Parts: sequence; structure tokens; C-alpha cells
Amino acid sequence: MTDGDLILNCENVVMDYDGFKALNNCNFSVRYNELRVVIGPNGAGKTTLLDVICGKTKPTSGKIMFGKGINLVGKNAEDITKLGVGRKFQAPSVYGNLSVWQNLDLSVKRASKGVFPTLIGRSSPAERVRIEETLETIGLSPHAHDRAGSLSHGQKQWLEIGMVILQDPSLLLVDEPVAGMSDKETEQTGRLLMELSEKHAIVVIEHDMDFVKQIAKIVTVLAEGTVICEGTVETVQADDHVREIYLGRAKVAH
Amino acid sequence: MPEQMVARQDSRETLSFYVTGLILLLVLPLLNVLTPEDSWLHLSDFRLNQFGKFLCFAILALGLDLIWGYCGVLSMGQGVFFGFGAYCMGMYLALQIGKESVYGSELPDFMVWTQVKELPFFWYPFKSFAGAFLGAILVPVLFATIFGFLAFRSRIKGVYFAIITQALAFAAWLVFNRNETRLGGTNGLTDFKQLLGYRLSDPSTQRGLYIITVLALGAAYLFCRWIVASRAGKVLIAIRDSESRVTFSGYTPWMYKLFVFVVSAGLAGLAGMLYVPQVGIITPAQIGVLPSLEVVIWVAVGGRGTLIGAILGAVAVNYGRSVLTNYFPEAWPFILGGLFVVVVTMFPDGLLGMIRKATERKQAPAPVIKAEGRTAA
Repeated sequence: MTDGDLILNCENVVMDYDGFKALNNCNFSVRYNELRVVIGPNGAGKTTLLDVICGKTKPTSGKIMFGKGINLVGKNAEDITKLGVGRKFQAPSVYGNLSVWQNLDLSVKRASKGVFPTLIGRSSPAERVRIEETLETIGLSPHAHDRAGSLSHGQKQWLEIGMVILQDPSLLLVDEPVAGMSDKETEQTGRLLMELSEKHAIVVIEHDMDFVKQIAKIVTVLAEGTVICEGTVETVQADDHVREIYLGRAKVAH
Repeated sequence: MPEQMVARQDSRETLSFYVTGLILLLVLPLLNVLTPEDSWLHLSDFRLNQFGKFLCFAILALGLDLIWGYCGVLSMGQGVFFGFGAYCMGMYLALQIGKESVYGSELPDFMVWTQVKELPFFWYPFKSFAGAFLGAILVPVLFATIFGFLAFRSRIKGVYFAIITQALAFAAWLVFNRNETRLGGTNGLTDFKQLLGYRLSDPSTQRGLYIITVLALGAAYLFCRWIVASRAGKVLIAIRDSESRVTFSGYTPWMYKLFVFVVSAGLAGLAGMLYVPQVGIITPAQIGVLPSLEVVIWVAVGGRGTLIGAILGAVAVNYGRSVLTNYFPEAWPFILGGLFVVVVTMFPDGLLGMIRKATERKQAPAPVIKAEGRTAA
């Protein structure tokens, strides 16, 4: 595999919180148009990994190469967003007092998001079409003019995914999208993510193993801040090391 | 359909804008001029002037509503910007007194008492009306730009920002109180005689100032409504709802906060400039911590996040004060504080929220609660 195939390549990333290494020499890479699932026990550093990629926190050391040779380390969140990294948070974070349509309209990728262009800007017909298409994709067309705060938990998660898609990211970071969803919603979310992976590279953090089996081609297992195993769901589940630290512990916990 | 509901609310707001505008602009002044003084319809010069003062406060409240009600950033220093505007106009008016002053000097009276022989350099721009007019807007705007830049860029948020702005109000109060500041110290600036050649004691001058205030309030309202209706206005609400999402959608929240903070400062300056000639005095007591806090109460009482609510709150609370302080002068701070507690705990949408609820219940059947709405977190 050459570097040209990689949209994201994290090299020796360390995130040190006063002596606690949430990420410890983490090496992690993702190819274009890949749907990658990251699993791992609590505290393995999964969310921290997404945080350092999207610029929410700055890693202590290491390189995060994105696309064609851009190092994301040291860049701020707004710039990383503009470069094409979209982040979906674990807890649904939508704008509760705006309508679903307005939520999406604010998220559309535009040349400038400064105060004055935004003050006088109007949605172009092309943008409106894109918003309508996105509404269709995330299944919220009937709710376009509802207050986002009145949506169900699952619908809020889809809305936020829709908002991230409209930024046109080449890499989508999705943190535990199905936590708290019903079985039916979980399945719909799986289909949505698979559909999206045709156009975007996606990294999904997940706990729900059934869901992982539904969507994953390649799974990365993270423990104590490093990647310990990578492969298909079957390979990963068969791996002794993984059983010991992850599945084994999960059995004890249940 | 929600869209129709929004449209209905918009058209209702437009209608109430024109009706209220007409009453304020024509009916009240005509009741003042045309009716005989003993008629029950007569509006005295005193009342009209008082109403003009309330409308100045309404402009001040609009600014705070924009930054607090829409963007969720509580500024407890709006009184400072109001004071800047007021003092700019006050300095012009003080210089217009000229030889009519008690001591017959070209200098304002307080300078004679405090042995100031020459006009301090920073008073010079206020010899002209244009200087005072521009200063009243630009001084607060520039100050807010610098202060806001430092605060918002350093990501100072929420309660920290509120405390810093309150400290600003206190600091400003201290500075304006000092005689060395050359702004009249504790006594402030007063005893004004004329504005652009019009005698301030003349009822017709006051009527004119009242009408200018109504027009300024109307313009301020339309300007705020334009901001709120734009996409940037939606970004303000989005910042209030989820600032990190806004950041990860490619916006820079602190720039938006700075923008509304500066707009609110400009509106406060405008309010202060209109206030001074109508009230005839400006002292540090009107610009410190307490007056800044009062603005917060007006907006909370009227209804945060609705422009009409801010105007309504400013007028209603101040009218209430003028009535109640006649009967129980000592109890007013307790009434005001009590009102704030009751509104915040029981009616978070304020007066306007209560009115809207009452009218919507009459017009539309009970809103349908969608099944999935119940599971919302």
C-alpha cells in the first residue's frame, strides 16, 4: 500500500494528559472511501483519537497526515473542517431552537463563513436542492420545518450526520452513532453509513458488536492508546490478544 | 404547517410594528398637542417626555437582547456603552451652555469649581454636534471592538464573560466619578440649555426629541430584525444552542460574538445620546453596575430572544417603576428583584411568551405532540 491511497495517516501520535497517555504512539491509517470501525474498551482512547484528528484537542506529539500531505497537527478546528474533515459528536449536537432545514442550511459548505458574507448570503437554488437531497438521505424530509429540538434521539443523530455530510467532507468521523437507538433505528443508521461510504471515507467508533458486524469491513481495535489489532470482524474476534483485553473483559462485565 | 405558523407570526409582528409605530409617532404627540389640558385624553408634556426616556431604554434593551437573548452571551456592562453615548452628547450640550452658565464662563460650571482653566483636549471634538453625534456611536463601538476582541478571542465564555463585563461597569463607574477625569465627577453633566439652537426647556423641542427617539427605535428594531432574520442571525442562535457544532461546521464563533457585541454597544450609545437631552442630566450613577443589571431584568421580563419582548420589557418595567415609586419608593428594588426571580423561574419566555401562549391557544387547536417528540432527550 502506498501513501497515495491513504486519506488519513496518523504516525506515532501521543496525547498526554498530565502523565496519563490517552494515545500512546498510536499509528492509524484510513484509505479513501473506506468505512472503518474502531472498537476498544472504555478509556482505550477512541474518542481522543477523533478529537486530535478534528482539532478539538492538540496532540502532545506525532503527525497526522491528511489527504495530499497536509499535517493536521497544530491547525485549529475551523481550518480542519474547511480542509474536509467532518465530525459527528457522540451526544447529538444539533441546534434545538432552529428548524431541521435551518440546521442543514447553516452546515452547507460555502466559500466563506465569515460574519458579513453570512449576513447577506441567501441559499442558492443548487444549495436548496442539495439540502432536499440530504433530507431524503437521512429520512427527515417530512420534518424539514420542525424544530430540531422536538426530534427524537435517533432523528437528531441522523440530522447531525446530514449536517456533517453537507460540509462535503472527504473524511467523516462518527462517534458512537447508535448509542441509545432502537434496533430499527440502528439498522437504518447502518444502511445510511454504508451508503455514505461510497462517497466519503468514514471512521466510526462503536461499542455495539451487532452493529459493527452489520457495517464493518475492517475493524481496528484500540487499547490503552495504541492499535493492537486490525482486520476483518472474524480475524479480530479470533485474535487472542483482543479476546483477552476486550472481549474477555466484556464477558466478565456482563 | 409550521411554515405557515412562522409566516403568521411574522405578519402579526409586522402588523404590530406598524400599529405601535403609528400610536407612538402620531397618536401620543397629538394627544399632547391637540387636547385641552383638563381633558382626560390629554397627555402632559411630562408624560410624553417620560415615554421618550423609556423608548431610549428600549433601544438599549434591543442591543442586550441581540447578544444575550439570541447569542446566549450575557453582557452585564451595557450601561457603560450607554454612558459613553450619553456623555458624548452631554459634553456637547455642556459646551452649548456657553455664557448662560452660573459663573458666566465659556467653560462648563464644574470646571470653574474644580479650577480647570482650559478646556481639556478630549473635549474639543464635542464643540460640534457632528463630533458629538459620531462620538456617541463610535466611542462605544470602538471600545466594544477592543474589549470584545480581547475577551472573545481568548474564548472567555458564559459566567466569566458576565463577571468581566460587570467589573468593566464598576471600573467605568469609578473612573467617571473622579473629578480628575474632567467629566463632572459625581455630579455629572447637567443644566443644559440648548441643542442646535433649540431651547431644551421648550415643550416643542422635547416633542421633537421624542419623535426622533421613536424613529430611532423603529430603525434600531428593523436593523436588529434584519440581522436576526439573516443566516448570520441563525448562526447566533446556533452558537447559543451548540457552540462546538458551530465550530465544526466551519464558522468562527468568537467573530460572531464580537459582531453582536459591537452592534449592541452601538445601539447602547445611540440610546444614551438620545437620553441626555430628554432627561437633562447624566451622572456616573446612570452607567454603573446597577443600571447595567437593570437592562438584563428588562429583557428577561419582556422575553429573551424576541425583539418585541425586549422593547416591551424596557417600557413595562420602567413604567411600573414610575408608577410604583410614587407609592412605595423604598420597596422598588425588592419589587424589581422579585419580578426577576419570578420571571426567570416561572415564565422563562417573559411577558411576550405569556401573551403569545394566550393568543395561540385562542387561535389554534392544541398543538399536536408528535409521538417521537416524547422520547427526545
